[in-house]
Amino acid sequence: MAGLLKRALRLRTALRCLCDYNMLSRSTATLSPVDFHSPFLTCSSEQVLASTRKLHAGADGSKVSPSAAPERLPFCRVTEEDLAFFRKILAGRTIVDPDLVEPSNVDWLKSVRGSSEVLLRPQTTEEVSQILSYCNSRNLAVNPQGGNTGLVGGSVPVYDEIILSTSLMNKILNFDSISGVLTCQAGCVLENLSFYLEERDYIMPLDLGAKGSCQIGGNVATNAGGLRLLRYGSLHGTVLGLELVLADGQVLDCLSTLRKDNTGYDLKQLFIGSEGTLGVITAVSILCPRKPKSVNVVFLGCETFEQLLKTFQLCKSMLGEILSAFEFLDSECMRLLNTHLKLPNPISDCPFYIVIETSGSDPTHDAQKLHNFLEEAMTSSLVSDGTVATEEAKIKALWSLRERVTEALTHDGFTYKYDISLPVERIYQLVTDMRKHLGNRAKSVVGYGHVGDGNLHLNVTSPSKDPALLAAIEPFVYEWTASCRGSISAEHGLGLKKRNYIYYSKQSQAVALMGNIKAMLDPKGILNPYKTLPDNLKQ
Amino acid sequence: LSCKVLSSVVTPCYCFVSPQIRVKPDNTGVVTDGVKHSMNPFCEIAVEEAVKLKEKKLIKEVVAVSCGPQQSQETIRTALAMGADRGIHVDVSGKDYENLGPLQVSKILAALAKQEDAQLILLGKQAIDDDCNQTGQMTAALLDWPQGTFASEVSLEGDKINLVREIDGGLEHIKINTPAVITADLRLNTPRYATLPNIMKAKKKKIVTVKPADLGVDVTSRLEVLKVEEPPQRQAGMKVETVEDLVVKLKEAGRV
Repeated sequence: MAGLLKRALRLRTALRCLCDYNMLSRSTATLSPVDFHSPFLTCSSEQVLASTRKLHAGADGSKVSPSAAPERLPFCRVTEEDLAFFRKILAGRTIVDPDLVEPSNVDWLKSVRGSSEVLLRPQTTEEVSQILSYCNSRNLAVNPQGGNTGLVGGSVPVYDEIILSTSLMNKILNFDSISGVLTCQAGCVLENLSFYLEERDYIMPLDLGAKGSCQIGGNVATNAGGLRLLRYGSLHGTVLGLELVLADGQVLDCLSTLRKDNTGYDLKQLFIGSEGTLGVITAVSILCPRKPKSVNVVFLGCETFEQLLKTFQLCKSMLGEILSAFEFLDSECMRLLNTHLKLPNPISDCPFYIVIETSGSDPTHDAQKLHNFLEEAMTSSLVSDGTVATEEAKIKALWSLRERVTEALTHDGFTYKYDISLPVERIYQLVTDMRKHLGNRAKSVVGYGHVGDGNLHLNVTSPSKDPALLAAIEPFVYEWTASCRGSISAEHGLGLKKRNYIYYSKQSQAVALMGNIKAMLDPKGILNPYKTLPDNLKQ
Repeated sequence: LSCKVLSSVVTPCYCFVSPQIRVKPDNTGVVTDGVKHSMNPFCEIAVEEAVKLKEKKLIKEVVAVSCGPQQSQETIRTALAMGADRGIHVDVSGKDYENLGPLQVSKILAALAKQEDAQLILLGKQAIDDDCNQTGQMTAALLDWPQGTFASEVSLEGDKINLVREIDGGLEHIKINTPAVITADLRLNTPRYATLPNIMKAKKKKIVTVKPADLGVDVTSRLEVLKVEEPPQRQAGMKVETVEDLVVKLKEAGRV
């Protein structure tokens, strides 16, 4: 029985290499040549072109998709002795039952699947240290995993990497109600931290649609952005300290709770956003803002994107310090919400919708500011319709129109997701150009996102996985982004799927230095291999 | 049927998000300081129904009423933004407000209905903070008007009203005369979002403030709250390894 299982897994591993992304190899032959000399590509992207031409052609001349998994690196495989060791330190928390390991092998989008046979669930930093020290000595690859809500295939194994789950490391260690500093283990679910803080009159500085499942360690490892970044800034600013375990099992205690500490290099910054490739985060201390006494959510409709941008400027000037979120969605998103989730449009149909949130300490003061802003927006015809919510239930309802677009898309078919940073005024141009470029080949092309942060979520759907469609979208979307010096991954990170596209947004010297740092901190490369850094660094 | 509708927006209710409900240290009630008050959801449905009837030109005017302290005016503004024409704020504050119950409110509504010459009173079936489900029925009794409670469908036919009521056994169809009192149940309609143009217009609509004494109503309560307690803490469960263990534990707990 075990032999059958092992053979099936080996077959699956082999098939993994022939995954759907690889079907691209046949269809890229029919890809119409991209005009590398077209006006929108600047001269400085010659470097990009050189790298991408190499990317899109394998060493033997066959065309392999840059987002497909590379060959398995020569890590050791898990043996019975290894399992015995794990069982000794994690009694009852070494999972090998395939049914129990399976959910951790597949990502939230169900787009990538690994073939790990071992799921470890430590409860303490010491246990993580012992695991990594052992795996490092045995040359066993490890895939740290939090809530498994990532969208770039970075949270699940590619082959048989051991899954190191932080789910049981969910204790809150300390909360200082004067400074607002929360210290907790990396496996705390974001929503649970929010509930804990709300009871004490504070909130988390970040909020995202995945809050019910994502864990703070994962959020920090991916430098998650979310809906409140506009107001509270990124994790690079709000995280005050980290406790990590390095690849060789060394515990690095940088768990400071100090707001200011300029003693030496700020090591934690390196790990924030490192996607589990430089160390495993085991505890976080984070600065939390006070819970606002007054929260208002406004849902507005605009006729054109220019008006939307003008509304944003008006918003910043009239709402200023109380503005806590400025999100947008287009009419296609609304159509998907109506169709798949039966969520009704609270206002009349418009080409663009804005969700604005204000958070302040004085309801009367905020209501007055909001009233002035809305009056100005209406009378100057920047906004054609809108509604306001001041109470919990209505606020949740309006927010769900923005937060559930991702969910609605999963019902529309197979989704190709792009998370792009662009100069704010060019954000929607990419959506319009993509629609024109794809024509009838795509089912839906939608744009939504954190327009206040210059971050577009561009999504394309098709009834099922369509390699020809993928070939039309990529590298068009990346080249378009590179031509504006934008980022090909604003907040989702690189993970597995986007690792090879890093050159569209970073110079090769920078990437080379990243490789050096990786080699220094993880010489055997056991931490989350095949992710974040491009394949050509390994050479 | 061209009539005036008194749409009662009683009880700006306390909308809690658990786990924030806290009992006062002296066990006399629940902490209400700093808690957001908003329109009772069933009353919202009632206001929506009234506005719908007006849009169908079946009624002439919708008047929104709320009894309570100054903040109640915000709730009336919400009703105005949804389409009510004007508001009446019955000013009750402090201890009187804490003790304000269905009997007092129904006396106030009955007095107002007579004063305004209303033909229809639309309320929510119950308030979600006290769950009394008494105000509508008491108001009808005081006025000696027919009542259609737990309405999930309302239609006007001449000077009569056809109602579908949600009852334990299913749905009941009744026909009542006007003037009447109707209380709204969940499935009567989905309240609209107040859109910006209407919110702006609502700021200019009139809200008149009166005192219960002006209506000849005495708001002294006939009830005394003895104690308010939290429900018992939920005990953690226990995991057992085998069926035998389970049986032993059940026997120990005296359950078997």
